[in-house]
Amino acid sequence: MADERTKQVGAFLARQGILVAFVLFMIGFALANHRFVAIDNILGVVRSSAILGVMALGVTFVVISGNLDLSVGSMMSFSTIVVLDLHDKLGPALAIPAMFAMTLALGALIGFLVGYLRLNSLIVTLGMLSAIHGLTLTYSGGKNMDIADKAGTWFGGIGRGSVLGIPGPILIFGLLALVLGVTLAKTPFGRKVYAVGGNGTAAIFSGIPRARVVFMTYLVSSFCVATAGLLQASRSLGSQNTVGQGLELEVLAAVILGGASLLGGSGTVFKTVVGVLILGFIQNGLLLVGLEFYVQYVVTWIIIILAVWLDVAAKRGRILSPIA
Amino acid sequence: MTDQDRKPALRLEGIVKTFPGVRALDGVSLSVMPGEVHALMGENGAGKSTLMKVLGGLHQPNEGRIFIGDEPVVMGSPMDAKAKGVVFIHQELSLAEELSVAENIYLGQLPRKSFGRVDWTRLHADSDAILKRLNCGFGSGAIVGELSIANMQMVEIARALTVDAKAVIFDEPTASLTDAEKVVLFEVIADLRKQGVGIVYISHRMEEIFRISDRISVLRDGAYRGTLKTAETDEDEVTRLMIGRSLDLSRNAEHVELGDVALEVRGLSCGKLFHDVSFDLRAGEVLGFYGLVGAGRTEIAETLFGLRTPTAGKILLKGREVTIHSPMDAIAHGLSLVPEDRKSQGLILGMNCRDNITLPQVDDLTAGPFVSDGAEIAIFDQYRDRLDIKTPSWRQLVGNLSGGNQQKIVIGKWLSMRPEVLIVDEPTRGIDVGSKSEIHNLIRELAKSGYAVIVISSEMPEVLRVSDRVAAMYSGKLMRIFTADEVTEDNLVQAISGLSENSRVA
Ligand SMILES: Nc1ncnc2c1ncn2[C@@H]1O[C@H](COP(=O)(O)OP(=O)(O)OP(=O)(O)O)[C@@H](O)[C@H]1O
Ligand SMILES: [Mg+2]
Repeated sequence: MADERTKQVGAFLARQGILVAFVLFMIGFALANHRFVAIDNILGVVRSSAILGVMALGVTFVVISGNLDLSVGSMMSFSTIVVLDLHDKLGPALAIPAMFAMTLALGALIGFLVGYLRLNSLIVTLGMLSAIHGLTLTYSGGKNMDIADKAGTWFGGIGRGSVLGIPGPILIFGLLALVLGVTLAKTPFGRKVYAVGGNGTAAIFSGIPRARVVFMTYLVSSFCVATAGLLQASRSLGSQNTVGQGLELEVLAAVILGGASLLGGSGTVFKTVVGVLILGFIQNGLLLVGLEFYVQYVVTWIIIILAVWLDVAAKRGRILSPIA
Repeated sequence: MTDQDRKPALRLEGIVKTFPGVRALDGVSLSVMPGEVHALMGENGAGKSTLMKVLGGLHQPNEGRIFIGDEPVVMGSPMDAKAKGVVFIHQELSLAEELSVAENIYLGQLPRKSFGRVDWTRLHADSDAILKRLNCGFGSGAIVGELSIANMQMVEIARALTVDAKAVIFDEPTASLTDAEKVVLFEVIADLRKQGVGIVYISHRMEEIFRISDRISVLRDGAYRGTLKTAETDEDEVTRLMIGRSLDLSRNAEHVELGDVALEVRGLSCGKLFHDVSFDLRAGEVLGFYGLVGAGRTEIAETLFGLRTPTAGKILLKGREVTIHSPMDAIAHGLSLVPEDRKSQGLILGMNCRDNITLPQVDDLTAGPFVSDGAEIAIFDQYRDRLDIKTPSWRQLVGNLSGGNQQKIVIGKWLSMRPEVLIVDEPTRGIDVGSKSEIHNLIRELAKSGYAVIVISSEMPEVLRVSDRVAAMYSGKLMRIFTADEVTEDNLVQAISGLSENSRVA
């Protein structure tokens, strides 16, 4: 019986390995630097992770359905630049929906290519990464974008304000996580996303429109990107046209760290939120310990590669021991 | 040959294996003599595959010991077991589909030259020699993913012949083989046996067991129930040991009041797969489709279900012509298809039992915008009871169920759609004799309650048992439709070998 108990604990640790590692890591940093666990530091980490987090929520849908989205970083730059530009031309109340429509159109294009034409998502979204970057540069004429009258607009309130002491970005991240989490876990659409990623052929045999489901996941992803762009623009009220560069990999890393599988069919919104926070705290911790910015990059990526390797190793173990 | 003066090649003693919520093996002992074919039987979920996985190093037992000859051994991994002379041919195929046949046969033990370079010449020569022994019609350079299921099975078997085996385990090897391929397999088994290899043979097919085995051991609910000498027993005794009762295996004799025509197929063709197929199906009727593998039966089913586009012909449902572009259309028209291959087409192995069963109707099981847990569990419970699905709870991942119970999940999934026309393709593949007759009865019952059913099967007894009429197919053509009164084993065999072309009825 005691043997059984240790086995169960062992199995739990193996399943939740990343969470356990995270806790140990937090304790380590807290001992090294007391600032790390200060409430304002924690709040700061969550706030600065919120934009990445919002994007990761959408990518979670894409990854569970068995695809990738590497275009979210450059798409976020696009959204940010567009909304800043339109802000001065149309006013914020029109600029925001216009920007959402344009970003969703990009998502729909990717969804069409990957879902209906069944092109490889890695290739399509990698291509879109460049194409959208070019689009952004063309749109902005290569210049940075700034709101002219920064004091006279309510636009900044979204990213800078707070409700009941909760900063806007955290609030929006939290609300979106709740809505999308429930969508994924509780609605027929969510179920279909898992089915398509788990076994696409069996999903089709079950009458699930795989193409449409994949298309929808990219719409969800681009909606999240638009939201992230809005937060970014509103927080800074001005932006470089490369603001989202490289974020696609960090987003993917957060999703995988949370435990979604690159092979599709598994993962949850909650796990992704955990992944986002882990990534945020790792970077913050390394900073507080006094590591140089560029060393941080290396360490972060080592951790991410480790996580992906763990994921693949676990899956491979399963594939080699078929179940019947 | 007396058992007393010979030592077993292999002995298992008091094996216990538990999974969360399941005691899969409860102190099972078994010994296999050299040169013996030892059949292992039992219901779905009785623990046969689990016992063999313990032996093959895929699972570690909680208790119990394994002996090879006199020596106690620990099977740390499949490679370890293979090195100790125990070779395992799995129930579900476990091949690397992107690799060549030769690479698969020698996976993990590729022959090497200096500096660890693979010795391709030797690899292919050795592989070809094995394939020749198995009478395979393909070479060692073929890519596994492009082979038929039966040929993949042969590759799996070829793997067993690469080492000097003391014992070879076959877990339901014939589930997807044609009769001709079966003959080859039995020759291979006879060959191994002559060399003094001990063989464990798992199958639900009585006729095979009685054809090739020397002894039969029976498991029930994870417990050992006894061993019988094949020569001294009969099917009925084995069945009773397995399920505690006898079975009625008679042919279908009842006549159900037939309803209106539910499905009409007129001159349906699909490229080279089948041509000019016409038949009617009435509510309350079971139409069997019998033929050799590759005769086009599955392709007809897939066309009706919207997975293939017909090149000619019409489909009429309840007298109205319909075009079916996708499974979604088919489902909306009241068609269901239990597909041939449960693992790749029928199930999402990483999903739980309940979600798999309700997947096609998840849109309709909602309370507000959400999937209704209660409605889903009610459906799961209903079909778990009706089909006697063995699982600790609906939360169990389908991938963790025994092969036969997985098949029952697929059947439950499509029955729960309450279709007007139900097509089942090899419905009892891998299902134990008890549940098989349950499923046959269920098909009869469904017909009686007004469903129109098409049963595709490669097993003649099955077709004869459930069908009101039998359609015989040969090489993409519908040769003849027999009524239950007309059909005999002889004229059926003739029809599916293309011999009765002149007696064809339109
Ligand atoms: N990895 C696993 N995790 C949890 N339960 C398992 C696992 N493997 C097997 N089981 C359970 O153990 C029991 C025995 O399964 P096993 O596959 O050995 O049956 P079987 O006799 O081979 O049946 P079949 O004839 O259907 O193939 C079943 O109840 C099954 O659900
Ligand atoms: Mg089995």
